[in-house]
Amino acid sequence: MALSAADKCNVKEFWEKLGENTNVYGTEALARTFHSFPATKTYFAHFDLSVGSRQVRAHGKKVADALTLAVSHLDDLPAALSSLSDLHAHKLKVDPINFKYLSHCLLVTLARHHPGNLNPEVHASLDKFLSYVSLVLTSEYR
Amino acid sequence: MVHFTAEEKTAITSVWGKVNVEEAGGEALGRLLVVYPWTQRFFDSFGNLSSASAILGNPKVKAHGKKVLTSLGEAVKNLDNLKATFSKLSELHCDKLHVDPENFRLLGNVLVVVLAIHFGKEFTPEVHAAWQKLVAGVASALAHKYH
Repeated sequence: MALSAADKCNVKEFWEKLGENTNVYGTEALARTFHSFPATKTYFAHFDLSVGSRQVRAHGKKVADALTLAVSHLDDLPAALSSLSDLHAHKLKVDPINFKYLSHCLLVTLARHHPGNLNPEVHASLDKFLSYVSLVLTSEYR
Repeated sequence: MVHFTAEEKTAITSVWGKVNVEEAGGEALGRLLVVYPWTQRFFDSFGNLSSASAILGNPKVKAHGKKVLTSLGEAVKNLDNLKATFSKLSELHCDKLHVDPENFRLLGNVLVVVLAIHFGKEFTPEVHAAWQKLVAGVASALAHKYH
């Protein structure tokens, strides 16, 4: 799977419009993931997962910042995400299915807040981008 | 078997009451075919699926999307009995249509994104979670008779 030139363009343009809100969206996506797919909470037994949790907000920002980094390195994602990839493989060991759940909830979050910018082509490009990021993050698992 | 709480049922029916079945159906199916192009394999007879705009404007896609979503309306009316409601459709999708049940999950999630686009503020995490449960239940019911 590779991101076409059009995909990269769609992703960059869409992400730029999010501005400073990426942190909020990252947090909302996480919260939605925990809500819709409760098994994902097993990775956060050490977190306070109540509404407004500072830990969830901090983690949402982490996720958002990593995605912003990814957006600025669409031509060399494996290199850019290399340390995150190692982290997930050797330390966190989050089952790959969970990246799909988070990616989906992120799309739902973005769709809610930016319905006018998420036409079908952009939707497809974002979905591909998130799949690719997930693939890179699980690439060192075995 | 999927069990919906009273709150979940309310979340589902209140959103459903505001859905334009024809429009949302066409949009959900259209986006499925655009975002996951391999799903086009079931629609050789639909004519022009060569671009996103062709797909979303395609009358056969719209008609079929409406059919699919109308069927989901039956699910909303029978939340406590999804397996029985979709029993015949399950047999059809297995024996005649040969559709991999993974496609039901993909369509369910695309529908959730479409709802998020249209309902924005109202699509709270609780409402969202209720709908995830519904689409998972429907996908499971449609796969139930597979053999």
